[in-house]
Amino acid sequence: MKPCNHFFPLVLTPDIQKKKDSGVGTPIKRASQEIPTLKVHSIESFGTHDGPGIRTVVFLQGCKLKCVYCHNPDAIAMQGGREYHVEELVERVLKMRPYFGENGGVTVSGGEPLLQAKALIPFFKKLKKAGIHTNIDTNGRILNHFTKELLDEYTDLVMLDIKHMTEEGYQAITGMRNKETTFNLAKHREASGKKMWLRYVLIPGITDTPELLHALGRYFKTYKTIERLELQPYHKLGVHKWKALGWEYPIPEARENTNQEIRDAVGILQHYFKRVTVN
Amino acid sequence: MKFINSVEPKSKTVVKEKIKNGVWTKEINVRDFILENIRPYHGTADFLVGPTQRTKTVWEGCKTAMQEERERNGVRAVDTKTISTVSAFEPGYIDKDNEVIVGLQTDELLKRTMKPFGGFQVVQKALAEQGLEPEPALTELFSKHVKTHNDGVFSAYTPEIKKYRSLGILTGLPDNYARGRLIGDYRRVALYGISFLIQGKLKDLEAFETPMTEETIRLREEVADQITALKEMIVLGEKYGLDLNRPARNAQEAVQWTYMAYLAAVKEQDGAAMSLGNVSSFLDIFIEKDIEDGLLTEWEAQELIDQFVMKLRVVRHLRMEAYNEIFAGDPTWVTEVIGGMLNDGRTKVTKTSFRFLNTLYNLGPSPEPNLTVLWSQHLPQNFKEYCAKVAIDTSSIQFENDDLMRTLRGSDDYGIACCVSHQDLGKSIQFFGARTNLAKTLLLALNEGRCEITGKQVVDGIPPIEEGYLDFDEVVKNYQKASREIARVYSDTMSIIHYMHDKYYYERAQMALIDTNPSIDMAYGVAGVSIVADSLSAIKYAKVLPIRNEEGLTIDFKIEGEFPKYGNDDERVDDLATKVVADFNTQLQQFPVYKKARPTLSVLTITSNVVYGKKTGATPDGRAMGIPFAPGANPMHGRDTNGAIASLNSVAKIRYTDALDGISNTFSIVPKSLGATDNDRMANLVSILNGYFEQQAQHVNINVLNKETLMDAMEHPEEYPQLTIRVSGYAVNFTKLTREQQQEVITRSFHETM
Repeated sequence: MKPCNHFFPLVLTPDIQKKKDSGVGTPIKRASQEIPTLKVHSIESFGTHDGPGIRTVVFLQGCKLKCVYCHNPDAIAMQGGREYHVEELVERVLKMRPYFGENGGVTVSGGEPLLQAKALIPFFKKLKKAGIHTNIDTNGRILNHFTKELLDEYTDLVMLDIKHMTEEGYQAITGMRNKETTFNLAKHREASGKKMWLRYVLIPGITDTPELLHALGRYFKTYKTIERLELQPYHKLGVHKWKALGWEYPIPEARENTNQEIRDAVGILQHYFKRVTVN
Repeated sequence: MKFINSVEPKSKTVVKEKIKNGVWTKEINVRDFILENIRPYHGTADFLVGPTQRTKTVWEGCKTAMQEERERNGVRAVDTKTISTVSAFEPGYIDKDNEVIVGLQTDELLKRTMKPFGGFQVVQKALAEQGLEPEPALTELFSKHVKTHNDGVFSAYTPEIKKYRSLGILTGLPDNYARGRLIGDYRRVALYGISFLIQGKLKDLEAFETPMTEETIRLREEVADQITALKEMIVLGEKYGLDLNRPARNAQEAVQWTYMAYLAAVKEQDGAAMSLGNVSSFLDIFIEKDIEDGLLTEWEAQELIDQFVMKLRVVRHLRMEAYNEIFAGDPTWVTEVIGGMLNDGRTKVTKTSFRFLNTLYNLGPSPEPNLTVLWSQHLPQNFKEYCAKVAIDTSSIQFENDDLMRTLRGSDDYGIACCVSHQDLGKSIQFFGARTNLAKTLLLALNEGRCEITGKQVVDGIPPIEEGYLDFDEVVKNYQKASREIARVYSDTMSIIHYMHDKYYYERAQMALIDTNPSIDMAYGVAGVSIVADSLSAIKYAKVLPIRNEEGLTIDFKIEGEFPKYGNDDERVDDLATKVVADFNTQLQQFPVYKKARPTLSVLTITSNVVYGKKTGATPDGRAMGIPFAPGANPMHGRDTNGAIASLNSVAKIRYTDALDGISNTFSIVPKSLGATDNDRMANLVSILNGYFEQQAQHVNINVLNKETLMDAMEHPEEYPQLTIRVSGYAVNFTKLTREQQQEVITRSFHETM
């Protein structure tokens, strides 16, 4: 019998990622405008809480808001993250595709995805061509030529984060003014007739009063594109990330919801939305 | 749907009337009977019922006995006088009036017995650990007059083999315990009755032709022994008032006859894994007929299965404590496969597939029998969802890729030996051979063939590694040299072990229920694949500097820079993992072995990953000395950082054709991460299984548990008597693991997405 010496060929697969696995903070120069890249904070291959079914969740780097309860504060800074060519991301997604089943797909979250809407267009375009369900989790503050094209043409589902129903509350939570920008995006989505979920973080004493919940319900009750309202109970799992960044956690006094509080909120919102889920 | 009513068909016209195709009545062919008569079920689980009062009463008796067993340090009773054989012991009952399926290994529930032909010293040691001794006459007999498998093996072992064994390069070898893994086709007893089976074996015996070569003589002796075992099975049946000479006539008898055949096997053999095969859909044919004829209700049907399964849960073997290191938690591997497809496109899922899974609710979760769902993309959706629900609720079942095994191995009537090993029922067997330590092999390659811990020379001809950073090509060259030597010694060892096992501890009862002269797989195994892959990746993509002691042995490694790690769906390193397996498999194919068996390979560790870790020095991937290996083909703990799917994808790349004995993956996830609601979790698990197996992956254990539950169970074991968790290819009662093994399970990657 022959001895075997044909293993470990010296040339393995191309080192597509060799550039900078650890190259945090060193943005790659774009060779040309033709190769769009996305600045990625991280990729979760098994997302089960960011849209329907099993999803590849691409968390993009950078957000203009600094929400007090943010559980991905390390994705806020505009610098950092790793640049991925759109092609490379598509390739990764295709590897996850067998797991998507009938409902799953890709969710782009963040950070704030719409900040990179221009590069997301070719990404989603390719995904749609491959028949993959696309979803964007956004605070909805940017409505321009690019985001309209992205959302209207290539995004199957928008998950719109409603931060607060009052301007003061909105500012207190996000550090930014003008909650209406988010509502404008909601209006645009409604007009486009494409699917939307609302997401609402339920913080005891801050966003969970019956008045606020009724206000939320009243505002959106005539919307036909809203498939569900997803309540996100408040949790403290992101607190250690704030500490790691050397930042002070803005709402140390906030506490997690009781089951009764969650049930009460669902009870109110069910009057307005055809489906209310707790995530 | 027809049954044979007597051994010989009365006349041709009757036969014609009764039987479609006629094959299974003319020859022993259980598969043909199933093909002709199976009733695939596509419906939901709504028809299932709970346990009957009788079942509850008998199960209470079992639970009490198991509680006593726990209180007595894991052993409730031991017989020190009797050599356990098929017909040994008076009949035993749990609660005679309420048992619809009878039969225990001894006259008493959970009593363990001596099966000394594997190795008498092991029996002595196991008894000594209980403060007992064998009957003096037996000690006299076995120390002076009777040779055992263990004696035989050690009389033939070479010094080289002994060295490999003692240094932990080859471990867990079945050289002092029974090899197990053979699956008798226990259904044959129910379908044909023993008289018919004896006639078949007598015909085989007649057919052997001269000249009397060693091979022929051996076969003649084996078949003659099988016939003796069949006769003893008749005696075993008589003790319980059963006439096993004839075929089963109804559902109760079909279950009872099948169980008696299995009982015969576990009375005489204490192999590590004593699989049941694939009886569920076979039994379904009898059950559905009786239900249709108005002879059986759904409650009674479930009762038969519940009580059968209960019996399988109380199978016990006498083990010594050291055994627990490699096979923790007192497993018996009563592996039963459920579901799968027939080659003609119909599913093998029947109502009794559901009834078997339902026992996990009726009797509560349990490691045994080792329920294994044969997953196909084409399984009925309702069954897929039910399996997912059961896995989520109980963490007691495993899944294996039917589409892959059926098409590659060519059989649609197979069982799983032990954890992951395909076995064509009644047609083939396998010779189990535990595993070798590939991480240690890599260290031999870096240390001129010396053991990195003792400094002893193991493999000759390995050149020294150049000073400075490790060079990938140089390391690979040395590694291949070392692994070739290990493959050579390993195959020699296996030949000796199985030659002696056949000679001194032949499985006559199981072999009596398998075709004469079946095909044989020589089942090798490897541990440490993920460590070798990550180590080679570190050497290739980062800089690795060996740190050596004064004897020149590597005691640690300094790693500079980042490197891709197995478990993240990254081709650069996954490719290395795939090649490591393919490489060792190819090495093994070079060496001829006993009985011309076909070499196959598994990537499976059982619980030995902990002890392998202990015996292996620091590795170039940054793993410190003594740290447990990842189980089976799993990525190393905590290194799969891109989420569960990426981790599954990496494992799926290891090719089944390179590891035909199976590739084990243990997947643990916290319930919330699997999905927000019960329905989401169920749907997501179905998607995971579809996706994973679509990529030709072979096996996955599913655990859906919170770490907190496990930690609480460590502190309050009495509150979790039935907490079951899947480990590598089987399930254990969590509280029966050692503290060290419990810790290892808890430090494993539990996929969480938050």
